[in-house]
Amino acid sequence: MHPPATAHRPFAARSLDWLRENLFSTPANALITLITLALLLWAGSSFVSWAVLHAVWGRADVATCNALFGQGACWAVIADKWRHMLFGIYPQGEQWRSALAVVIFCAIIVLSAMRAFWHVWRLLALWLSGSLLCAWLLAGGFALTPVPTALWGGLPITLMLAVFGTLFAFPLGILLALGRRSALPIVRAASIVYIELVRGVPLITVLFMASIMFALFLPEGVSFDKLLRAQVAIVLFNAAYIAEIVRAGLQALPRGQYEAADALGLGYWQTQLLVILPQALKITIPAQVNSFIDNFKDTSLVIIVSIFDFLYAVRQAVISDLDWRHYFVEGYLFAMAVYWLFCYAMSHYSQWLEKHLSRDHRL
Amino acid sequence: MWSSERFRNIVYQIALLSLVGALIGYAAYNLVHNLESRAIAIGFSYLGQEAGFDVSEKLIDYEPTHSYARAFVVGLLNTLFVSAVAIVAASVLGLVVGIGRLSPNWLLRKLAGAYVESVRNVPLILQLLLWYGVLTELLPPVAEAIVLGSAFLSQRGISLPWPTPHAGWWAALLGLFLAVLFAFLWARAVRRRRERAGRAPAVLWPSLAAGVVLPLAGWAVFGAPSELSTPAMTGFGFEGGKTVSPEFIALFLGLSVYTAAFIAEIVRGGILSVSRGQSDAAEALGLSRGQRLRLVILPQALRVMIPPLTSQYLNLTKNSSLAVAIGYPDLVSISNTTLNQTGQAIEAITLMMAVYLAVSLAISGLMNWYNHRVRLVER
Repeated sequence: MHPPATAHRPFAARSLDWLRENLFSTPANALITLITLALLLWAGSSFVSWAVLHAVWGRADVATCNALFGQGACWAVIADKWRHMLFGIYPQGEQWRSALAVVIFCAIIVLSAMRAFWHVWRLLALWLSGSLLCAWLLAGGFALTPVPTALWGGLPITLMLAVFGTLFAFPLGILLALGRRSALPIVRAASIVYIELVRGVPLITVLFMASIMFALFLPEGVSFDKLLRAQVAIVLFNAAYIAEIVRAGLQALPRGQYEAADALGLGYWQTQLLVILPQALKITIPAQVNSFIDNFKDTSLVIIVSIFDFLYAVRQAVISDLDWRHYFVEGYLFAMAVYWLFCYAMSHYSQWLEKHLSRDHRL
Repeated sequence: MWSSERFRNIVYQIALLSLVGALIGYAAYNLVHNLESRAIAIGFSYLGQEAGFDVSEKLIDYEPTHSYARAFVVGLLNTLFVSAVAIVAASVLGLVVGIGRLSPNWLLRKLAGAYVESVRNVPLILQLLLWYGVLTELLPPVAEAIVLGSAFLSQRGISLPWPTPHAGWWAALLGLFLAVLFAFLWARAVRRRRERAGRAPAVLWPSLAAGVVLPLAGWAVFGAPSELSTPAMTGFGFEGGKTVSPEFIALFLGLSVYTAAFIAEIVRGGILSVSRGQSDAAEALGLSRGQRLRLVILPQALRVMIPPLTSQYLNLTKNSSLAVAIGYPDLVSISNTTLNQTGQAIEAITLMMAVYLAVSLAISGLMNWYNHRVRLVER
């Protein structure tokens, strides 16, 4: 047996082969390559020249940026405003608490991605303890200075809306999914109406409902915190989407599982909790991760009902300052980078998971 | 009796029903009480009142003296219009990017991949704000508008030359509509004939010919108008021509670019789902890469693509409600103005949600019908 001839050929020759095969295989292909390359070079070089070469880095005053306006990016706006962008109007001296909350929320997300935590009670314990810790850090009390929710803001709010929005929507979603497959006609009808109603309307309308309409349904004098109302709206909204994912998982299970549980003499809840759900939920893990990403991106809609999330803080930090307001592009790019980092990492994790789970027969 | 499952089930359901009923009753009681103390009358009679606010963009005649109902219709039409245009653009762009992701060309493949990964991982509302900011702050003011032939690009959007209203233009539009109708019927007749006789006349050329001749004929018969209204700079904006607002452009670009990334992934998945044998067989028949894609792969991929595509179209339509963040007068933004002016929050929000629900159901109904038509008919 001789090894393939290519292995002996020098690197340069192999590179040429690669180029010929992947970029210049046919005349049409070569043309596409040249056009794409020209476009990329043009766009790339103008971007690099703006964002790197002519940019103002580090702390600098507005005049330095104004002198270069249009030619170079003014990253000084981020150096100047990053605290406001990340933590909003949370009291300056207490912002370490916001930062710590961000770290804990991220830790919850990263730890749930590890297989060691894929157990209902461990996950529940992790999410509940982490969330309570963050709530305490942000709200204060018990040895910390209390901070009213009106002052909360920035990245911790975005993460909180997303993490709580999933944590509390999950049990509700499971109940709705079971309800939709229930043999009881009224339970089934109620679940279907709820799920389809919520999925048929945009999140904004649900947020509007929570921020404007909800107060009218409560007895006079009773009112809930604005942030809490938005959080509840997000939970109720997510639950319908989670329900559909869980339903798909339930449908994927073979009938034999139900019949086996019946044969063992298990009742409805025992069957669901001990036999069906543990298997069905595992199948849906990649879909749940994707739904968490959507949820994370969707939290940014709360700026429309004036909740101080990360996007709101970034926008306010730049737009409200007359000196810096021309540099909103830099501010938005910073926000995009942060959102992108979170979503890209999670979506790659979900893709990896999908590949991994489909190979793993134990799951 | 409790040991009977039937009995227990009935009890559970009655309990659920009474719980939901009690909640609704309690909410309704509070609502009536609250509205009474605020002296707001429940009901949709406010829809008949004069709206009193102007709407910057409208597809039908609207003045501030018109009713709230008409303002609502204006908003609904704006939502439907921007969604329809963006759905078409997103589908085309998504198809191109999706095919690009499977191109044999390495550079094109990576570029398409980079597009998808960078666009879909950033919230849409942030992209809309960026588009809108760039269009309204970084473009030159009206006085220094960028001139492109007789069109202008400025902070006020794009101003284009536009035909002045004339019967001839409407006749041309009617001609175009008739041509589409003709193409549709012709294609059907040709298909029938091919099934019966084995060979049939071409579809493409007669349809294209009708598409050129019919509008031209309509235009010529009704006086062949040639007058275009060209935009002219005035102190604060442009007069004449057609001005497309930055709000509309930002919403259109944002929605199409964002949704295209998701559609590209659906197209890629659809193409990959067609078994390799199909492509090999088509190659053995001597079809070129383009023909293979158009005649063999895509029609089969379409079947797999339609259900996820439906949910993307629904998402796009629902996402068009983000218009309220950049001030495009869509359904949400007009409902918001209405409820702020009248205080009829319940009615305005209910109406808005009901309309979104109806639109969603209509789109999924339409796509289900189409899905049913293109499904695989097995022996």
